[in-house]
Amino acid sequence: MIHLTGPYLLAAALVGLGAFGITVRRNAVLLLVGVELVLSGGLVLLVATQAAGGDRWAAGSVLPLFVITIAAAEVVVALAVILTAYRHRARIDLAEPSGEAP
Amino acid sequence: MTALDTAFAATGLVAVVGGVLAVTTRHVVHAALWLVVALLGVAGSLLVLGAELVALVLVLVYVGAVVVLVLFALMLTRAPIGPDLEHRAGPWRTAGSAALGAAVAVLLGSVLLPLSGSAVERAGVTSTQVAGQIFGTWVWPFELLSLLLLVALVAALAVSRIPREAAP
Repeated sequence: MIHLTGPYLLAAALVGLGAFGITVRRNAVLLLVGVELVLSGGLVLLVATQAAGGDRWAAGSVLPLFVITIAAAEVVVALAVILTAYRHRARIDLAEPSGEAP
Repeated sequence: MTALDTAFAATGLVAVVGGVLAVTTRHVVHAALWLVVALLGVAGSLLVLGAELVALVLVLVYVGAVVVLVLFALMLTRAPIGPDLEHRAGPWRTAGSAALGAAVAVLLGSVLLPLSGSAVERAGVTSTQVAGQIFGTWVWPFELLSLLLLVALVAALAVSRIPREAAP
């Protein structure tokens, strides 16, 4: 027997922490840490639906696997873009106004 | 409070503490390492919820691959050893972000908590069932994901090979 209050609170806290991390960080690589926290909050919520016995086709286990795969692909492309921007501008400050690059 | 609730509270606390330190620490490398702690806490929570396959894949892919990639990117962008004073957020930015994060958490919590109800019997979904469903019901999305990974690989290579002169 398990109460679903815990998983729901954990998911809400992780998504809130991720939103905080996405908006507060000025280092472009550390922005991705916030994105990972938001995605892990989604994972907890998906698995909680399975634990409650409310899913068909094992969706509570299969969809998190898909989310993890898509997140890995997203991180690879994001890091390639950030590294290319760093080579061109020599800075990865997200608060820098556009057009100021050398 | 059942035994599962207590175990979930412990792992969830690890996840939340790791997450708080990951988004607030000034040392950039420490942020990635605290993310490892947060993700291990999440993996423990998924184990308590009975999804051991998802927990193992989370540890393998996130902790094993994604965090190592982030650490590589931090080193390649010359992250400073010690506190990162160059990218310090101002007080207004910090306050606004904290308000936004708290608003998101409270909104989600207020939507989800009325749905929780009383204690439920944990549904056991075995790895055999998951494997059967992946290669049965979900086989086309699964094949599409391998295509997505290939496209991401080629796109990352293509983006990182843009020559310096071609920059707008």
